[in-house]
Amino acid sequence: MEQSYLLTYLLAVPIIGSLLLLLINKEKAQTIKYVGLIVSLIAFIISLIIYFDFNDLSSEFQFVHKVNWISGLNISYHVGIDGLSMLLILLTTFLTPLTLISSWSSIKNKIKEFTFFMLFLELGMLGVFVSLDMFLFYVFWEAMLIPMYFIIGIWGGERRIYASIKFFIYTMAGSLLMLVAIIWLCVYSADLLGSFTTNLLDLYKTGPTIDTTIQGFLFLAFALSFAIKVPLFPFHTWLPDAHVEAPTAGSVILAGVLLKMGTYGFMRFNLPLFPQASIDYAGLISVLAVIGIIYGALVAMVQTDMKKLVAYSSVSHLGFVMLGIFALNQEAVQGAVIQMINHGLSTGALFLLVGMIYERTHTRKIADYGGIAKIVPYFSFALLFTSLSSIGLPGLNGFVGEFLILTGAFKSTVLASWWFTVFAATGVIFAAVYLLWMYKKVAFGEVTNPEMNSVTDLNSREKLVLIPIFVFIVWIGVYPTTFLKVSDKTSENIIKMVTSPENHLTIEKTDVP
Amino acid sequence: MFSNIQEFYNILPLVIIGCGIIVSILIEIYSKSGKSLLPWFSFILFLAAGFYSLLTVKNQSIIFQDMLSTGGITNIFYFIFNIGAALVCLLSVDYTKKYGVNYGEYYILMQSAVLGMMLMAGAKNLFMIFLGLEVMSVCFYVLAGVNRKKEKAIEASLKYFLLGSFATGFLVYGIALIYGSAHSTSIDAITAGFAEYSSDIIFLVGILLFLIGFSFKIAAFPFHMWVPDVYEGAPTTVTGLFSTIGKAAAFAAIIATLTALFSGESSSMFLPYLAVLSIFSMLYGSIVAIAQNNIKRMLAYSSISHAGYILIGLAAGTSTGVAGVVFYLAVYSFMNLAAFGIIALVEGENDKNLDINSYAGLGTKSPVLAALLAIIMFSLAGLPPLAGFFAKYYVFIAAIKSGLTWLAILGIISSVISVYFYLRIVVLMYFKEAEGEVVPSKSYSGFLGVAVSVIMVILLGIMPGSLLDLITSFL
Repeated sequence: MEQSYLLTYLLAVPIIGSLLLLLINKEKAQTIKYVGLIVSLIAFIISLIIYFDFNDLSSEFQFVHKVNWISGLNISYHVGIDGLSMLLILLTTFLTPLTLISSWSSIKNKIKEFTFFMLFLELGMLGVFVSLDMFLFYVFWEAMLIPMYFIIGIWGGERRIYASIKFFIYTMAGSLLMLVAIIWLCVYSADLLGSFTTNLLDLYKTGPTIDTTIQGFLFLAFALSFAIKVPLFPFHTWLPDAHVEAPTAGSVILAGVLLKMGTYGFMRFNLPLFPQASIDYAGLISVLAVIGIIYGALVAMVQTDMKKLVAYSSVSHLGFVMLGIFALNQEAVQGAVIQMINHGLSTGALFLLVGMIYERTHTRKIADYGGIAKIVPYFSFALLFTSLSSIGLPGLNGFVGEFLILTGAFKSTVLASWWFTVFAATGVIFAAVYLLWMYKKVAFGEVTNPEMNSVTDLNSREKLVLIPIFVFIVWIGVYPTTFLKVSDKTSENIIKMVTSPENHLTIEKTDVP
Repeated sequence: MFSNIQEFYNILPLVIIGCGIIVSILIEIYSKSGKSLLPWFSFILFLAAGFYSLLTVKNQSIIFQDMLSTGGITNIFYFIFNIGAALVCLLSVDYTKKYGVNYGEYYILMQSAVLGMMLMAGAKNLFMIFLGLEVMSVCFYVLAGVNRKKEKAIEASLKYFLLGSFATGFLVYGIALIYGSAHSTSIDAITAGFAEYSSDIIFLVGILLFLIGFSFKIAAFPFHMWVPDVYEGAPTTVTGLFSTIGKAAAFAAIIATLTALFSGESSSMFLPYLAVLSIFSMLYGSIVAIAQNNIKRMLAYSSISHAGYILIGLAAGTSTGVAGVVFYLAVYSFMNLAAFGIIALVEGENDKNLDINSYAGLGTKSPVLAALLAIIMFSLAGLPPLAGFFAKYYVFIAAIKSGLTWLAILGIISSVISVYFYLRIVVLMYFKEAEGEVVPSKSYSGFLGVAVSVIMVILLGIMPGSLLDLITSFL
């Protein structure tokens, strides 16, 4: 297989798969489910092939494939990955088949449409992570809203329409402002480069030369779009609604991958394109991140609905990632990258577990449970294990990310204050409080609700979904180097581009006519 | 009359439609099966003229004693008009029966209207523009009220006629003042001396009146008040006709005349006017559309809003902007024709099922039609990878290149607002259960027309390069 085509094959798989689905009669529910699963597994296998061919020691983009698309505007189909995108691609292709298996029995109507939208969504997410062309990136970024909108709107809970529209308009408002910033940047670069281009690698050279004030505006326009996606406090209000109303598969993908697109966007675009503004605004963003950590944790503490609790815990956890990114040193950024993966696994698993128990009891109220540890021991163990991973128990994955971020932020020269670390660390304690409280109320004590006695434990299909996630939770906890080394050079490179953009420019300046 | 045979070839699209009108009249008079023959005859006629224009797009010339230009952008507009009209023919075959206007005249009027549009797009003389505009508008007035038994249609027709003639009055007065100052009605002569004339206040007032006249025709705020009533009252397919290629023709005439504004040293003179018009049209259209419950009225306000986006391209005042306008018009024509085509299929007899709640549950009842409408709504809202997104992207590029970043920002604010009402249709179709008995009519030709339009919207979204390169090669 030609190496440079691998990413294109990866993108082609969900497209071909979803077109194939359209040809299947919608009565054949089983066939549709299997086709969806097989297609997503093929995508996973291709991403594994890419992973084994991936060169950890290079900070360059790999597997680059470039084809002219709209020649008049110099827009091309240009894909390639570095260590950061490599990990996120693996996360995406890993979670998609698992969510399809997890919704095997919970999605009962319009299965064909559901599978179609899930594959469409996978395409959008993968596209965002591999695009090296601003236009191509934006197309995937926006197009991905459509399947998520339908997944929340058709298969969601009671207030699904409200949640889906809020999700759509919120995210679109942010990204359209980014569109104007993208065009501005490209028009500006056209003067320097001699022709209009949306090639990200060319824009990396021109972005840092922009005047500081305007760089600030552009930074904010990009940041707004990504901050809404992350979500960074105070742009998080769409998240609880969307999470609570979305079906389990939607929540898992939303928490597991979609939110990472925001943090990915900060690392891929904001930092290298606008280095001066990134340093100027690092303090502000970090303050918001820390507020998010504490606020998310405090609000999660008072939730009565399990899904909402997990949703607010996402706000808190993503705050850590943001703090790590803007601490701008090797430990913190590496911690942020690994924390993105951790959050995808732990929160994904939490949503899966809440979905699994909801399917049986049809309630998400914490008060309706109690003492189920005796009735459903496997489930209770899984919930405890996942909660501990999310809290950051040493030996499990969460600890690695949070530890790296906190030490990195402590040493950070950009933030230059250890108060960030002090406040952020309280988030870890709060996380232990709300998750263990929830666990205590759900699993321990007397069985107060007689309906719980008839609840069945996890079946083998559900165990099949959880076990792979648990393997990775332990793996990252015990031996994170496997994953850290993939993004090591990339993080180093991104930090270099921010802290010393001049070096980067002088190397490349020969290309500028 | 023809200085050589090449000129005859260049003018052939107009000749095809002109002869077609005469043949259609003869068919209507002498053939008993004229009613069922004419839609297909017009369809073939439009296709022939449309594709011929596209094939001869490189034959640029100016003919008829500097009256008409051929080739280049003119032919691209010919293509848009004719393909749009051909699609309307497909949509009309079964709709006219349902609506009770299965007359041959319907198609003859449509052909005449297209002839008028073509004269406007190719005009090199202000009189030619006026001639084309009147041919088109008069046909539209009649088409709007083609069903004499419907009160709403008569009202629409009368409103359209009164306000339309009012606008024409402005236009003629404008032309008179321009002539008074420039002593010529030739657009090239006026362009050449634009810098000299523009010190004359009478000339400027003339241009302003001329622009106001066309602001009516493109349905820009504050000259939009006829739009909702006329769009609602007219037969749906006819609304499709004048909301798409009718608007395109008015823009074509603006582009044909105002090249002077874009090239002379006084180029910035009327651009603020266009920018202000653009802002108000976008925002007013988007905001008021939210409150509409009749889908045709909703699309009427959406059409006002889209006129605003298209005006961004003109306000940019560069060749990039003009290219954006032409591309946007092509895309917009396909989007709106598909939308009105679907409305025509869903619409029941006696204006039933025009309320947007009639679309509830359409996703389950007729999934293909609902999917097509959803694609169109996403495209109108400007979501990639559909053509509506690329059209907006291109006019925004033009605006930012001209330093009008604030105009692009207002454009995106309006886009975000508009997402709400476009999504409302999608919400109803997919997220709500059906309420009444709404059964879309089975019309293969209508469905074909809609499907072709949607395919064009998708193709132009994924591969905008082909059309865009063609347009930019003439600017």
